[in-house]
Amino acid sequence: MKRVKIRVFRYNPADGADARYDEFEVEAERWTTVLDALLYIKAHKDHSIALRYSCRMASCGSCGMVINGIPRLACYTKVYELGSDVITCRPLTNFPIIRDLATDFTAFFAKHKSMRPYIINDAVDRIDGREFLQKPEEVEKYLQFSYCIKCGLCYAACPTVATDKRFPGPQALAQMYRYLIDSRDMATDERLKVVDDRHGVWRCHFAGSCSMVCPKGVDPALGIQLLRAYLLGMSRDSKVVAELYRREK
Amino acid sequence: MKENREGVKGWLNPTRYGANRFAYWLQRLTGLGLLIYFIAHVIETSNIVYGKSAWEKMLAVTQTNEGHIVLMVVIGMCVFHAANGVRLYIAEHGKGIGRPGRPEYPYKPTSLGLGMKACIWVSVALAALAMMYGAYVLFGEA
Ligand code: HEM
Ligand code: SF4
Ligand code: FES
Repeated sequence: MKRVKIRVFRYNPADGADARYDEFEVEAERWTTVLDALLYIKAHKDHSIALRYSCRMASCGSCGMVINGIPRLACYTKVYELGSDVITCRPLTNFPIIRDLATDFTAFFAKHKSMRPYIINDAVDRIDGREFLQKPEEVEKYLQFSYCIKCGLCYAACPTVATDKRFPGPQALAQMYRYLIDSRDMATDERLKVVDDRHGVWRCHFAGSCSMVCPKGVDPALGIQLLRAYLLGMSRDSKVVAELYRREK
Repeated sequence: MKENREGVKGWLNPTRYGANRFAYWLQRLTGLGLLIYFIAHVIETSNIVYGKSAWEKMLAVTQTNEGHIVLMVVIGMCVFHAANGVRLYIAEHGKGIGRPGRPEYPYKPTSLGLGMKACIWVSVALAALAMMYGAYVLFGEA
């Protein structure tokens, strides 16, 4: 067990006061996460701290914040692994602040939605008890990108998002590739049109920070480069749209 | 609601996100450095329209220690920017960054794998070697 100092960013647009850090001492065990520590502070020291969380197990993507300079999930970051007696928690960068550590995901989700993150296929209306047939290799082309929990850590780390409001960001672009390369999806041309833009996929400079911070192994930078390669006609992943198939009983 | 966008500050710190972010920072810095050098170079060489003596006066400036150091930095910037530029060109065409698969904990993004890291450090090493050779030639003749 060790005592650590947690510095929490405090800012409430409603009270008009400047942003500040509040400091709290807490005891941490080897298994204590930063979220555990913050919830302890909230329960016993200052219940007015605003933060967002739900699952406490790196699944819901709610608890992203900048912890000691790097965007991380508070529930997925142990106090011990930070190797420091001072832990500074700030709201995610590139997201507007609602209050304290709670940030506004409206623009981020809108960008995700603009990628039409669902399978587009006319045959869906004619499915009639049949299902699409996909080989394991076809699943592997998109599987890891579908692990995204929309936590926004990549969006907070990206140096392009930092300066370009219109850039969709690593999360949305990786999702575009996820649906583009899915053999059940037919909307290839419409999809490419959305990202083939000066402020779209070409704005990525492959700084790789998104993949560095992603807690789910999505590797959005890989998805973005493969999306770009597809647009450049360099992709070996030429697409054959999956067929409908009736499972024998 | 406070915007909280990181802004240009986000470009300036190369230490936070590993080798790729460092390469991003250096590519930008050397790109801008080369652009400034290129403009200065055009202005500098345009001295020739003022005749032989102006040209030779200008050449003398490049023969000073400061002139040599500036040229060494330009050599280093050129070599890193070109080598890393070729790496980016290949990676941004989807090559040399691995294939998607079934991620296993602890996750290691393939796009930031050993191949990319090696290329970045080789670019830095080539730049350093070129600068040393440049120093040998420039200061050797003085
Ligand atoms: C062998 C020659 C060169 C190669 C292979 C090369 C390659 C590249 C590449 C691939 C990029 C884009 C990097 C990215 O996606 O972020 C870039 C950016 C840039 N280059 Fe070059 N380049 C070369 C020479 C030059 C020269 C001679 C200059 C200056 C006159 C220059 C100035 C720039 C600038 C200002 C940028 C923008 C930097 C940024 O946006 O971060 N480059 N270069
Ligand atoms: S790609 Fe990774 S870091 Fe980005 S939102 Fe999805 S899970 Fe989070
Ligand atoms: S609380 Fe759900 S991801 Fe951290």
